[in-house]
Parts: sequence; structure tokens; C-alpha cells
Amino acid sequence: MSTSSPPLDAVPAQGRAPAPGSLTRPTAGRLLRSELALVFRRRRNLVLLAVLALIPVLIGTAVRLSSSPSAGEGPQFIDRITGNGLFLSLTALVAVLPLFLPLGVSVVSGDAVAGEANLGTLRSLLVVPVRRGRLLAVKYTAVLAFCLAAVLVVALAGAITGFALFPVGRVTLLSGTTIPLAEALVRTLLIALYVGVSMAGLAAVGLFASTLTEVPVGAMAATLTLSIVSQVLDAIPQVSAIHPYLFSHHWMAFGDLLRQPVPTHDLLLGVATQVIYVVVFLTLAWARFDTKDVSS
Amino acid sequence: MTQTAAAGAATEAPGASGAGGRVGLALASRGLTKRFRGGQLAVADLDLAVPSGSVYGFLGPNGSGKTTTIRMLLGLIVPTRGSWEVLGAPMPAGASRVLRRVGALIEGPAFHPYLGGWANLARLDAADSLADPRTSRARIGQALERVGLGAAAGKRYRNYSMGMRQRLGLAAALLQPRELLVLDEPTNGLDPQGTREVRALIRELAGEGATVFLSSHLLSEVEQVCTHAGIMSAGRMVAHGSLAELGAGAEPRLRVDTTEPDLAVRVLAELGCRDAERRDEGAEAVLDGVAPERACAALVRAGVPVRGLVVQRPSLEDTYVSLTGEGFDVNE
Repeated sequence: MSTSSPPLDAVPAQGRAPAPGSLTRPTAGRLLRSELALVFRRRRNLVLLAVLALIPVLIGTAVRLSSSPSAGEGPQFIDRITGNGLFLSLTALVAVLPLFLPLGVSVVSGDAVAGEANLGTLRSLLVVPVRRGRLLAVKYTAVLAFCLAAVLVVALAGAITGFALFPVGRVTLLSGTTIPLAEALVRTLLIALYVGVSMAGLAAVGLFASTLTEVPVGAMAATLTLSIVSQVLDAIPQVSAIHPYLFSHHWMAFGDLLRQPVPTHDLLLGVATQVIYVVVFLTLAWARFDTKDVSS
Repeated sequence: MTQTAAAGAATEAPGASGAGGRVGLALASRGLTKRFRGGQLAVADLDLAVPSGSVYGFLGPNGSGKTTTIRMLLGLIVPTRGSWEVLGAPMPAGASRVLRRVGALIEGPAFHPYLGGWANLARLDAADSLADPRTSRARIGQALERVGLGAAAGKRYRNYSMGMRQRLGLAAALLQPRELLVLDEPTNGLDPQGTREVRALIRELAGEGATVFLSSHLLSEVEQVCTHAGIMSAGRMVAHGSLAELGAGAEPRLRVDTTEPDLAVRVLAELGCRDAERRDEGAEAVLDGVAPERACAALVRAGVPVRGLVVQRPSLEDTYVSLTGEGFDVNE
């Protein structure tokens, strides 16, 4: 037991910032950094990212080894890969969008609060103290960072594999125009960002689900189920009235970024849908979490 | 004995408004009540008064509402009714300001299993927006050393023994200089050496001026380190006060072993002892101011064959058991 410990009754002792205001800025990001480290160092999450990175490699290898598929078969853009390797990025994004990407987002967002509640670490954080609203904001930011990392991993792994296995050059857009490779790379990045943003709504739904339970698997399963239900409903023409309100309805609109000029209508609607889902479900999450009894 | 007065000014003006913050109390509550959604009354009308600088033993059987009370005091659970103050600040409004001065170990340690002890403490330190990141390393190291975990700082929490986990929980409470420490069963899972170390640590912290609120069901632990205690039973505070008051509240009894119990009862009653009665192979009575040597002489004079004579001064344990019952069942 050390004898050099500071006196406990003197509050502004060595551990305290001399002027709290002056230190608020440099320390405000510490919790976020800690949260990012928690998400990106967790082995389960790294496995998720690795699986996502593997998908373009699998698709690329399969296309390279087989006869080139014709248009209309398999995921969108798959027939173009043999002509230009960059299309592997896009094909992979199309392939992960319905299930693998929502799975990753569901796992990380569903775990955000419920995981800490399950471990009991939530109570330790709250009595530090951390304001509940701030904790939610930090948690959501980290989930968004994971969404972004996931799509970038897919796009990057697709580009690298595509460049390694197939010829690369000027890209012919869906509208027929041909653009230089550099511009095509920028558009691929924009597409990846759009897909990342498309996950923001689902991530907010997952965070809300995560505040409802102390069982992280429950929140994850509920979120993934909702993502599938949304896509199933979107495929049923008889309920077309509700299609525009589904968070997955505009997920595939990123194809518009491959036209010249870019038709922005659906893309903007897609972003707007995500913003509405984020606002609604973060508000619900906050309303639920702010008054929740933490008894785990 | 039902309600023993708490120390001095602590319980003055019970009707005072909840806003003020009573001077000299590290923790105070009035009418604190928690009814869970299922309808179960976990804590009922709790008036808590923990004097600043005291080591307060919060006693009660399992399920008597101790942990629910601690969670309410620290703002984790919203009470159904009642007001409370922590370090003089009305809660829950003062939580973000005042909880920084409170170190807490609630219902056992809880950490990320795949992070090491050091990394776990670093996360908690990062969560404190007012903690100085420049002193973070030093403070974490110091906290780990203080609980004897310096050598296991890098080991994953999942590989910690129960005792090491408990120590890490204590280290988390010591990351900052604290005015109040709320420790829920801090010696759970510790070996005898660890228990002694924790007791020494509590004394050391109290010596430095911190108030320690120690929830426990280990009476010997409370008797050894606490200056004050409160006893919970079925969600209610059934006794509270300084340790001396709690002991003094139950009066000393005289127990006489004899073959003539009826005669002994009569003699004791004539002497002025209260509640003289036959019990087993002898008689018992509350001394009520009668000197035991006088009682002894009177019994012998009256021809009572005295085989044994004992003055029983009730321990905290007797007080505790008399208030919370002997039963082994968890209180609903």
C-alpha cells in the first residue's frame, strides 16, 4: 500500500485538472477513442471485417476461374468484372449489402449498450460519471465508424483483388460514357460512402434495440431480423405503398453514381430516409436509456 | 429497540425541505422508496444519514435492499419516491458534478474480460471527462499498486482470480482522490489475507478523511472497521446509529443457571430487574441498572443454588439477528 497517495479530502489534488474548462476540449475525445479501440480491437469484430474482406476475393477468384458470366446472372456488375477489375469492388458491395453488411452492423450496434449492461461495465461507466446521452452519442459514433470501415474494407479488398486478377483501365459507365480510371476510383469511393450511410438507419435501430435488453444477442438478432423484414417487404409489390418508408428501399440506388450526369433524386431520398431513421431511433434510444433502471 | 438515533445533528429536523442538503452528511435520504415494475417493494421509506468522515456499515441479509439502495444513491436506478443527497448535493441533478468525488464498487467488479486490468482502468479514466490525461498513467499505476495488482496489470481480466477481480474493482474506485467511497461487499471472494488488506485499506482511506459507506453481511467486518452502522431488513432500515449506540440499545441481561429457576425469577423481580422469566434450566432478566454483584449476593442469600451466572452484553450480531430474524430464507 503506497504512502505517497494524495489526500482524499483535497479534491483539486494532482489527478484533477487545475481548471476543468481548459481541459475539457483535449479530453472530450478520450471516451470516443476508448470506444473505437474497444470496437476495433475486439476479435469478433475483426473476424466480421475479415469475412467481409474475403467476399470480393471469393467472387474475383470464382469469376477468374470460370467462364465469364453473362449479364443478368448473379449480382449486379458481375458480368463486367472480366472487362474491368474495378467492377469487382462494386459487385462485392452489391453482394454484401443484403445480408453480410447488415449482419455486421447488427452485431456491433446490438452489442453497444446491451453488451456493457451484460458485463456490468455499464454501471461502472455511469458512475464515473458519464452522462447517458453522451455515452449513447459515443456508442453511435463508434457503430457508424464500424459501418464505414466495413464498406471501405469491402471496396478496398475488391479493388485490390480486381486489379490483381483482371485488366484495369478507363471505365464505361451505365449511361455509356467512358471516364478515366482516377475518376472511376473517386466514384467507387462515393459509392462505398453511400452504402456506409445507408447503414446509418439500421445502426440507429440496432442501438435502440440495444437499450431494450441486457442480452446482446437478442438485440443483434432483432436488428438483423428487422433488416431482413424490410428487404422482404420491399420485394413484395402488393405493399408498394410502404416501400418508400422502408430503410432498405434506396440501398441499391448507388448505381446512379455510375451514370453521367448523376441522377441525384433517388440518392438524396436514400440519404434523407437514413437521416429520418437516425433521428427517430436515436431519440427513442435516448428516451429509453435516459430513464432506464440499470440493475445489471 | 427499534430506532436508534443517528449521530448528533445528523437526524435533526426530519421535516426539513429536501433541497437544502444537510450539513455534515456524506449521504442522506428521506423517504427513499423503490417499487419495481413487478410491484415488488425493494426499498421502503429509507431515511439514510451517513455522517461525513464516518465508516458506515450498511448491514442486512441478502435481498434486504442494500444494493438497490446503493444503485439509487448513485443514480443508476430511479427511485419511485423520496429525495436524496450525495456529498450535500441534491440528486439526481448534482450527479455529473458530485459523482466524480465518489468512488464506487457496486455489486462486485465488472470489467471487459478480454482487456487487461490496466486497459480496463484506462477505459474508465478516459470516460471521466475531467480527468487529466497527463496524469492518467501515474494514477492507474498507483491505483493498481495500492490494491496489490501491479504485477498483473497486463493480464487479461478473464484470467484474473475472483480475488484479483475484486481488487481491480477497488482500484477503479481509487483512480481519483475521493471524498466518499461506496463499497458493496468489498471483501467478497477474497482470501483471509486479502480481507485483512482491504480492511487496512478502508482504515487508511478513512484516516485520510474519506467517508466510507460499506455494504456487508459480514458483521465481524463491520464491527472491526466501522464507526456507524445501519441495519436493513426487508427493504426497511430497522436500526441505525453509531456502533456504540447500536450496542447500547440492547440492554445487558443476566442469566442464572440453577435448579430453582422459579425462585431465581422471584428474587430477580424483587430486586428490580425487568422481564425476569424462566428459561431452559435457569432464569433470565434484563438487569435494568441492578449491579450484577448485588443480584448474585441476593440470589445466594435467598438460597438459590447458583451454578452459573453470566452477564450477556449483546453484540452487533445479536442486535442484527434480533432485528432481521434468524431465518435462512431470503426476504421477499
